[in-house]
Amino acid sequence: MGWRRLIITVLVIVPILWLLAFGFTRDARYITSPLLAKEAAPFTITLFDGGQLRLSDLRGKAVFLNFWASWCVPCRAEAKDLEAAWQSLKEKNVVFVGVAIQDKDKDSRAFLEEFNVTYPNGWDESGKIAVDYGVWGIPESFFIDPQGRITYKHVGGIRAAMVKAKLEEAARGIVSAKEGKEDYQPIR
Amino acid sequence: MTATLGHTAIFLAFLFALCGVVSPILAYRANSERYLAFTRIAILAQFALVTLAAASLIYGLVTTDFSIRYVAFNTTRATPVYYRVTGLWGALEGSLLLWEWILIIFSGLVAWIYRHRQRETMPWVLMVFSIVSAFFLGVIAFISNPFETISPVPLDGRGLNPLLEDANMMTHPPLLYTGFVGLMVPYAFAIAALIRGKLDEAWIVATRRWTITAWLFLTLGNLVGAWWSYHVLGWGGYWAWDPVENAAFMPWLPATAFLHSVQVQERRRMLKVWNLSLIIIAFSLTIFGTFLTRSGILSSIHAFSSGPVGGVFLVFLAVVLLGSFGLLAFRAELLKGQPEVDSMVSRESAFLLNNIVLVSALFTIFLGTIFPLLSEAIAGTQVSVGAPYFNSVTVPLFLLLVFLMGVGPMIAWRRASWDNLKRNFLWPSAGALIFAIALFFWRVRDFLPLLGFTLLAFVVLTIFYDTGLALRARRRIAGEGVFRGLVTLARRNQRRYGGLVVHLGVVLIVLGIAGSMAYSVEREATMNLKEQLNIGRYLVQFEGLKGSQQPTHFRVEGWFRIFYRGEEWGVLAPALKFFPNQQSPVGRAVHQSTVSEDLYLILSGFSELDKNQATLKVLVRPLIVWIWIGGLVIVLGTLLAILPLGKTSREEA
Repeated sequence: MGWRRLIITVLVIVPILWLLAFGFTRDARYITSPLLAKEAAPFTITLFDGGQLRLSDLRGKAVFLNFWASWCVPCRAEAKDLEAAWQSLKEKNVVFVGVAIQDKDKDSRAFLEEFNVTYPNGWDESGKIAVDYGVWGIPESFFIDPQGRITYKHVGGIRAAMVKAKLEEAARGIVSAKEGKEDYQPIR
Repeated sequence: MTATLGHTAIFLAFLFALCGVVSPILAYRANSERYLAFTRIAILAQFALVTLAAASLIYGLVTTDFSIRYVAFNTTRATPVYYRVTGLWGALEGSLLLWEWILIIFSGLVAWIYRHRQRETMPWVLMVFSIVSAFFLGVIAFISNPFETISPVPLDGRGLNPLLEDANMMTHPPLLYTGFVGLMVPYAFAIAALIRGKLDEAWIVATRRWTITAWLFLTLGNLVGAWWSYHVLGWGGYWAWDPVENAAFMPWLPATAFLHSVQVQERRRMLKVWNLSLIIIAFSLTIFGTFLTRSGILSSIHAFSSGPVGGVFLVFLAVVLLGSFGLLAFRAELLKGQPEVDSMVSRESAFLLNNIVLVSALFTIFLGTIFPLLSEAIAGTQVSVGAPYFNSVTVPLFLLLVFLMGVGPMIAWRRASWDNLKRNFLWPSAGALIFAIALFFWRVRDFLPLLGFTLLAFVVLTIFYDTGLALRARRRIAGEGVFRGLVTLARRNQRRYGGLVVHLGVVLIVLGIAGSMAYSVEREATMNLKEQLNIGRYLVQFEGLKGSQQPTHFRVEGWFRIFYRGEEWGVLAPALKFFPNQQSPVGRAVHQSTVSEDLYLILSGFSELDKNQATLKVLVRPLIVWIWIGGLVIVLGTLLAILPLGKTSREEA
């Protein structure tokens, strides 16, 4: 009699404990993106230097697309790394595109000046591009292959080494199985 | 210095806790009184040492000793002394210390109060205390140390989360922790009874007052949390079914069930296994709650950092659950052969049904809380369930509970006769029906609110009718008047009348919840100077913005003149607080309460100060104030039930 009760109890308790333990294997604030391996949403953006940039014009190149804002701490943390990566990669067949969201024109310009950012950057004033890419927090980065497919998404600050590695994969059309994240949590 | 003192105290206390775990077993083996005495000494030593540790941390906080990392992270030089003290439970490490402190205060009290009684049981009770205490002390000493030092010493600290700079910080966490820890007392007695194999009613009788006290603190902890949410978080609500709120609420359900079902065991010697299970579940849920808030496995508005502590709590939870239920299964033979319920129409079955409803509510809330995990484990995608799920599932259950609250205390034990039913329920039911018809003609036509208010009326009428009958009897027997009669009745049967007063308090709370759920209105508008906004019987006129520098933040107030039915009522000034270390401002909503409704103003935005334009959200929430009044009534009822006022027998000796 006691045994039956014990077995039933264990059968109830153990799955619950297992489920709770399973919770440790994942991040509750982390929403998987359905965009991997899908075509990147087309957009046209006005750059801070006045020019226009159309994503569809970049076919045939690997694209690094970075969403940021001047007030965002991890964006500041990654800014130097991104520019350094750009300096070492710009001769290759890649393009960096920065998109400022939820920001003021003046602040964004000051940010670009502060970090001597030289790759094309524009302001997504209406937030439409960010919505199309399902940006939830910043910084978030997307890697797009020469065929225009998203191969990798990165949530949070990103390092130069990672940018290089993932761009190389993108150039070869390799889609990552999962999106990644850095130690910096995105800021909502 | 302070840090070394605190950490050493914690470490020594940990050693004493380990001794406290071992010594009852040694005492049992050697049959020696000396080891027994040592068990008690171990508890008292832990009490002294943990108190010293807590005092050290408070001292460090008050004197802003930034060499202690915890102090540097939770105070600044500008923090008022009041919030320096509450900083003790402003973050993980300190709140674990507070928990342990309350735990060991309870343990010390039990060890002291029962120093001459319960000689056979006490060693095992104190052993359970020592096990739980050893766990917490181990976590504090080795994993989440509040006395960790920092070097170089920062010039100023980082400060509390600004939302925690609120007067309720002094009450809500300690109340809740006291409720959580209080449940440990009946749990420890239950485990002691299981270990000894003495499974009669003794453990229930011995812990009755402890259980009721723990229940009171748990209730108040939740209510003050709701109050805080309503008054400070500034979104106009008091309960959001957030995982952390659920974690605090869930132990309340089995604890409430337990309070009722133990009466059945005392009276009829039934439900032994059930009662043991309930208290094990209630205690486990307090550990589960901490696990949930500290592990970060669920997304919550309560942003807590995740760390190794979550994993340790999970292991402890597993030990508590498997150990306790294993012991229960081991003693199954002794728990057999209980009387059966005689009739479905009896107090036993009403209490049993009350238990089933409470446990069902617990199950649905538990399921909803962990549903994001469950869906991800099974289907691979995270699906959260929100307030609509919880409301639609729990509201019918709670309405059924309200109905049972009217029936349970009045119906006869064993088998209710037709006469008994007629005598106790005929007039209250008729009264409730008339009330329902009146409400219907008074334009309360939606089904759920109408049913809810009718059931509440039914409960109130049963209580008043029953008390009225008893008063009439007093007048006949002793010629006592109403007041005298009430005093006599209450003193003769404190538990019963205390319980009925608690029920009245619950009625008031449900009244507030039902009213505010069903009949709230809200409007939002951007207003220019002198512009007006109509809502319900109120007119709100914008009078301008005012900025001021406060000790810890910059505050922008919006001034709004309120007119009620055309008459001026005064000025309300909701504010936004800008803290230097925070990116977004913290809202400070204001509200005006009356017995019938609350007017609640939230400043959601403003133009530059000189332009005098503000965005305002206004809510009118009926009957909310009764939730808080109900809480006070519950306190009174509980005190009536447990304070030694009258000639009640000394059954706890």
